[in-house]
Amino acid sequence: MNAAVAMAGIQKAFGGVPVLRGITLEVAPGSILGLVGENGAGKSTLMNILGGNVQPDAGSISVGGQPFSPRTPADARTAGIAFVHQELTLFGNLTIAENLHLTRFPRRWGLPWIDRRASVRQAADLLARVGLSQRADMLVERLTAGERQLVEIARAIGAQARVLILDEPTTSLGAVERGRLLSLLRELQDAGLAIIFISHELSEVLQICDSVVVLRDGQVAGTGSASTFSVQSLVALMVGREVRQLYPPVRAPGNQEPLLEVRRLGEPSVAHEISLTLHRGEMLGVFGLMGAGRSELARMLFGLDRHTSGDVLLEGRPLSGGPAQRIRRGLAFVTEDRRQDGLCLEAPVADNMTLVHLAALTRTPLRLIDRAALRAEVARMSTDVRLTRAAPHLPAGRLSGGNQQKVILAKWLLRPPRVLILDEPTRGIDVGARGEIYELLHRLADTGTGVLVISSELEELTGICDRILVMRQGEIGGEFPRDRFVREDLLRAALPVRVSG
Amino acid sequence: MPRPLALRLLEAAPLLLFLAVILLFGTQSAGFLTAANAAQILAQAAPTVIVAVGMTFVLLTAGVDLSVGALMFIGAGVAGHLAIAGYPLPVSIAVMVAIGVAGGGVNALLVSRFGLVPFVATLATLYIGRGLGRWITETRAMNLPESFLVIGASEPLGLPLPVWAAAAVAVAGQCVLSTTPFGRYLYALGADPEGARKAGLPTRRLIAAVYVISGACAGLGGLLALARLGAVSPRFGEFYEFDAITASVLGGTSLYGGRGRVLPDTVVGALLIKTIFSGLVSVQADPYLYPLITATIIFLAVAVDSARSRLAARLTRRVIRVDA
Repeated sequence: MNAAVAMAGIQKAFGGVPVLRGITLEVAPGSILGLVGENGAGKSTLMNILGGNVQPDAGSISVGGQPFSPRTPADARTAGIAFVHQELTLFGNLTIAENLHLTRFPRRWGLPWIDRRASVRQAADLLARVGLSQRADMLVERLTAGERQLVEIARAIGAQARVLILDEPTTSLGAVERGRLLSLLRELQDAGLAIIFISHELSEVLQICDSVVVLRDGQVAGTGSASTFSVQSLVALMVGREVRQLYPPVRAPGNQEPLLEVRRLGEPSVAHEISLTLHRGEMLGVFGLMGAGRSELARMLFGLDRHTSGDVLLEGRPLSGGPAQRIRRGLAFVTEDRRQDGLCLEAPVADNMTLVHLAALTRTPLRLIDRAALRAEVARMSTDVRLTRAAPHLPAGRLSGGNQQKVILAKWLLRPPRVLILDEPTRGIDVGARGEIYELLHRLADTGTGVLVISSELEELTGICDRILVMRQGEIGGEFPRDRFVREDLLRAALPVRVSG
Repeated sequence: MPRPLALRLLEAAPLLLFLAVILLFGTQSAGFLTAANAAQILAQAAPTVIVAVGMTFVLLTAGVDLSVGALMFIGAGVAGHLAIAGYPLPVSIAVMVAIGVAGGGVNALLVSRFGLVPFVATLATLYIGRGLGRWITETRAMNLPESFLVIGASEPLGLPLPVWAAAAVAVAGQCVLSTTPFGRYLYALGADPEGARKAGLPTRRLIAAVYVISGACAGLGGLLALARLGAVSPRFGEFYEFDAITASVLGGTSLYGGRGRVLPDTVVGALLIKTIFSGLVSVQADPYLYPLITATIIFLAVAVDSARSRLAARLTRRVIRVDA
């Protein structure tokens, strides 16, 4: 039987720097191939070649036994290759049906008009297949991230894809949506699709994939049936050395001096009587499913969204005003969407790093920017957050996810904050950079900063936090000190409770 | 989820404003609320409506076309020469539209092929167009023969021909936007150009097309304006770009792309502007007030636009819990 996709000897260099050095892989119809590797290992480039976004320098590809050399994304689509990107590519101002049919609207009698009724009907069928219960003529901007992901997959199915590439499909999903997505992939597999699954969630890869290819520095570092690997062995192949412990050693919790106190915070349909205390030098985790209101809580604490009731106190004094005032009081906030909210992607690393505390890098009397001090600070912070290889003049958008996140951290840590709030700090970040970020956070907490970490990953929170709060449906559903970190208990506290009436 | 009242009110703001303006001038001036005046306003608005329809296409892609007034001027100059030289009317009409299309083609080339920022590219064609127009008209006013005024004067089914033309263009424009793949592509492109490219849409051709459409609309609008005035002055077509942009934005088209409609939005916007100025004339307002009023309208348009998008963003926020 022909492989659905076979790539052989693929090479690619960008500006003389080799990114892919002879990659060979195969995926059979009706099977799921896991593609793993650290950020920068070449996964995205490889899949961009298959998706027609990038042309290889050498090597050959065949799809269903036929030689295949896509020059545009449209070529790849014609060959039956569907690519679900890490960043969702739906158009919020169009309806679900329009998004599903964007490049192949149904028409009638050869007229130039869209047959809207047929479009909505076909879309509804596709939505039923992926298990999304929304109307097909609903605007996409009104869907949640998880629902949009399902629409993306529905689009791939609708395009009669034979090969489905999923790049980090579960990062924006909560536990329930994640489970639904994985079972959907199994169904598609049974229907004969070849699926390439790119993910940093190694346990998920092992759970769902038939075979795994590990990339390292543009080469295949290991390949084989998924049952022959463990998370540990995958990680070892990815980093090329025996992994050190991913999570830093358990730290002695800080003293019990309250730093940030939240009292009965409320906002209709968003938050209900949220009370919590973050202590000096504490690592406090906030766990919850997608849509539990964690990010909304963070935004309220940082002054981005308003709350109608309750108070927030920092060191005993009420915290009010917008982000600017709160930053002056010592708050810092690393948002969940680093490309959208966290960075000016076109601006150089140095500018991004000094954005928040630029005023501190000026010289009297005219308050002009002190270039020498700025360079020195950028160099100091780059070392501090272990930002290797990234020249300060490079646009931030050119860095890998892990390095981008380090730039954001450096921006806030240039002047150490009293309270650091992080929302999904390691989403889509490779194992090596993760470990370094965890260490950095611990060092920060050791100096007395209160760190509030929001995450959908239980392992991460239990690995680095002193205490975990669980949110569900806009309220605090449970509190767990370190000695009571039991995965099952935490997850149970996060599951929604039925609202009567 | 039903759309909340506040958002619906803001979305209906142009229409409400329109009604308020009509009421205001209606009570202030006896001659204002008459069928004759309404027909007069419609006829005055016709060229602006047509140019604004083209502008809406451009704005949907997050671009802008500042050259429309200048293209109208060139077209009018050439058509004027032809008419005076005795060429039949259809030749002048065809030439005006062709000049609009050609000018739009230059914009299309500059923006989609050479990647110039639309503001700068069309600013350049604006100046070039003005210069060319002055050269063609030798900076003199041209009076057109009677035959040209037929377009403006004929009234099939009781309404001036330009009104019918504007209505036809608006309806056709809205049909293209809401029922053809091309129209839906424009919304996708305006919302996320990179995403549109990745989705395999012919982004360059789409961008090129909107400038050509805008140019064609400018040619047609210029024709109607010329038929009304009967003369080409050196200032012919000036400020049409701003009228068209204001009409679109006032009607609800976003300057950031991806949002807006021709019907009813842009048409309401254009009628609103013309009604206000007609009303000012009918109450004999101080002409020095006009620029102030224009400024207020533009300010209002943009303020409403941003209030609308802010409110929409807040209201479409996820509901996390159902409060009792």
